[in-house]
Amino acid sequence: MTGPQHGPEVTQEQSPGLSETGVPAEAVDAPLDHRPGTSGVATPGGGWRKADGPSALKREKRKRKGGGRRGGARDGDPTVGDADFQSYYGRQIVKSAVWKTPDVPLYLFLGGAAGSASVLGAMAEFTDRPALARTAHLIAGGGAIASVGFLIHDLGRPERFLHMLRVFKPTSPLSVGSYILSPFSAFTGATAALHLLGQVPAVRGSSGWVPRLVRSVGLRRTVGVAGAAFGGPMAAYTAVLLANTATPSWHEPGDQLPFVFTGSGLAAGGGLSMVFTPVDQAGPARKAAVVGAAVELVAMHKVEHDHGIVSEPFHIGRAGTLLRLAKACTATGAVGAAVLGGRRWGAVASGVLLAAGSALTRFGVFDAGMASSKDPKYVVVPQRARMAARAEAAAAEAAAAS
Amino acid sequence: MTSISSASPAFTGNDPENRLFGPLPDVTGEAGYEDDHPARVGFFTDTSVCIGCKACEVACKEWNTLPMDDADGNRDAMGLSGMSYDNTGMLGANSWRHVAFVEQSRAVDLPMPSIGLPAAPGQGTDGGGGCGGSCGSAESPSHGAADGTTVAQHDVLNAQALSSFDPQTSQSADREIRWLMSSDVCKHCTHAGCLDVCPTGALFRTEFGTVVVQDDICNGCGYCVPACPYGVIDQRKDDGRVFKCTMCYDRLTDGLQPACATACPTQSIQFGDLEELQARADARLATLQGQGVETARLYGRDTDDGVGGAGAFFLLLDEPEVYGLPPDPVVTTRDLPSMWRHAAGAAAMLVGIAVTSFLGRRR
Ligand code: SF4
Ligand code: SF4
Ligand code: SF4
Repeated sequence: MTGPQHGPEVTQEQSPGLSETGVPAEAVDAPLDHRPGTSGVATPGGGWRKADGPSALKREKRKRKGGGRRGGARDGDPTVGDADFQSYYGRQIVKSAVWKTPDVPLYLFLGGAAGSASVLGAMAEFTDRPALARTAHLIAGGGAIASVGFLIHDLGRPERFLHMLRVFKPTSPLSVGSYILSPFSAFTGATAALHLLGQVPAVRGSSGWVPRLVRSVGLRRTVGVAGAAFGGPMAAYTAVLLANTATPSWHEPGDQLPFVFTGSGLAAGGGLSMVFTPVDQAGPARKAAVVGAAVELVAMHKVEHDHGIVSEPFHIGRAGTLLRLAKACTATGAVGAAVLGGRRWGAVASGVLLAAGSALTRFGVFDAGMASSKDPKYVVVPQRARMAARAEAAAAEAAAAS
Repeated sequence: MTSISSASPAFTGNDPENRLFGPLPDVTGEAGYEDDHPARVGFFTDTSVCIGCKACEVACKEWNTLPMDDADGNRDAMGLSGMSYDNTGMLGANSWRHVAFVEQSRAVDLPMPSIGLPAAPGQGTDGGGGCGGSCGSAESPSHGAADGTTVAQHDVLNAQALSSFDPQTSQSADREIRWLMSSDVCKHCTHAGCLDVCPTGALFRTEFGTVVVQDDICNGCGYCVPACPYGVIDQRKDDGRVFKCTMCYDRLTDGLQPACATACPTQSIQFGDLEELQARADARLATLQGQGVETARLYGRDTDDGVGGAGAFFLLLDEPEVYGLPPDPVVTTRDLPSMWRHAAGAAAMLVGIAVTSFLGRRR
């Protein structure tokens, strides 16, 4: 906000308050729409209020119902919820993502699980844990191929999937992600195929050069490592994919979501590997899963508590339920893996819990973002607070300069 | 041969400062066009003269053969929104202009110090007590009073000015009624979130500095939809691709004005070179404020704002959110470098944890 947006009187009305305290008192205490520097008038809004809308009862209903369907409520009530803010008939301001559920949350889950499993698998190849290597690579390859399927299915024009690869744009996480997912799915898919083909009797018994190549440990290790190189980015980029939008509850925690997603990916990849691997080889998967679950819980706690009103959608509604369930599963699974992971049934139970927790986290985060886009409160209130903070900083600076 | 990039100016190599946000004097040149490209064009929508006729909506629908939809964007559905004269509801894939209708009222007996305005008395007291040398001459005579009278008088003046100069105000019994009407449109942002995130390059910057979707490229990934800080662009469900205002790219290349601006009977929608429009808007704002319409303000005019200034900007008579506009929009890519850094850290952490879990005692 610079010169032209303020009438000359604005400065006059505000300056008295400033010259005394250096900080405009109104900036802190006044209701949001009365803050100086926002409304730009001496008498805020000139006294105009939304003409009488429908009954307060209806308003209450809308409030309890929460977000509601796309397009918001039509009850003509400008101030919805507890926070003091104005809106256009309670309608949403930013558009909700058009991504389908469960496609995209599942894609996020599988990408994380496959990403961490690819690294576990590659390491297992080199440390003489054939069963773990096989399981992890099958999870990685299967997850990656399924991811590609979900991603393509989610496109409005699936036949144009390859248009993703006609440009490379670092400003587009989906473009970057396409260049991560393509080689990742190719390499992990190939590694998994090598594992599977190696088991086929015809290949095992034959001495032709193709079967020998398929059985070659060197090839499998090379392709496995190539896939694993994209494993970390694969699990992390999907967080940026969500965060780099105008959806309030995805954008604000943008620096923490990558840690939620990679932690959750480790928990899922490690957990699933535990389920299908004999316990004597599954030690590393267990450790990785437990540490990953801890990272997920800590990072998710920050997402849920560090962002004021924008953290709210993580606690309420369907997202809140999903995330509470997710936490219960992840925490139980992590403790179970640490304590009982050495026994077969314990490993299976805790592995399943960890994977379920990871999946629920993705669904919960996805839902929370969708809910935050549907209520104008999450757009207006934080932006107003930002403007007020800016005005305050500018005022403080001006006071310091004079 | 120059290459037109659909990447953000920060990555085309044309911008030495790598700007993902902030002012960009030559947005067209930054996108890779030669120096002789046309000047950047835009819209100045002066809502103070909008009469809500929706001629712009109709003209846009006709020119671009947009399908019918209801207030929630459902194709081929007809329905009344039930909230106001606004049955278009919102900008979307099938509505590239949207006239917002806001009905407001206020009590007429304004010489009360505050009409439902808790802050007003406080302001009056502050004004009386601490008016230093910085008080302007226009106000200073009345500023000595340490009660609400200052504000009250101010209100009366303001109210009279508003009712005599604001064509959207009229009186009804003990209340004054005004209709705020505003024709919303894609802002053709200097830093367009939709363009930044498009993975196919379907969205691009035209030689006029506008932002347009190439519908033969778009694969309907839908990323641009939640990336727009104004909620403009949307997907046509049955088609799969996304659609939004093109600023009538087809008409511009033929030397015509956009259909909506041509149809507007009150010149509420003014089309032209952006720089000229900005000057015109500044003058209009000064005029209105000189007449006492203090609620007037420009929206999207400031090149220091979160999107580097909008190609389509507005003169509003109330807070942006009253019209359904975000009060302080920021292009999401401004924060992307930080997100990428954190993602790199998180990816490294994943690999680190996975690798180190193989160390130590073998079990
Ligand atoms: S307003 Fe939205 S759709 Fe229009 S250019 Fe800006 S970001 Fe893109
Ligand atoms: S939906 Fe189309 S225009 Fe939008 S980001 Fe995807 S490819 Fe680009
Ligand atoms: S410029 Fe053209 S496409 Fe854009 S709103 Fe106006 S008529 Fe529609």
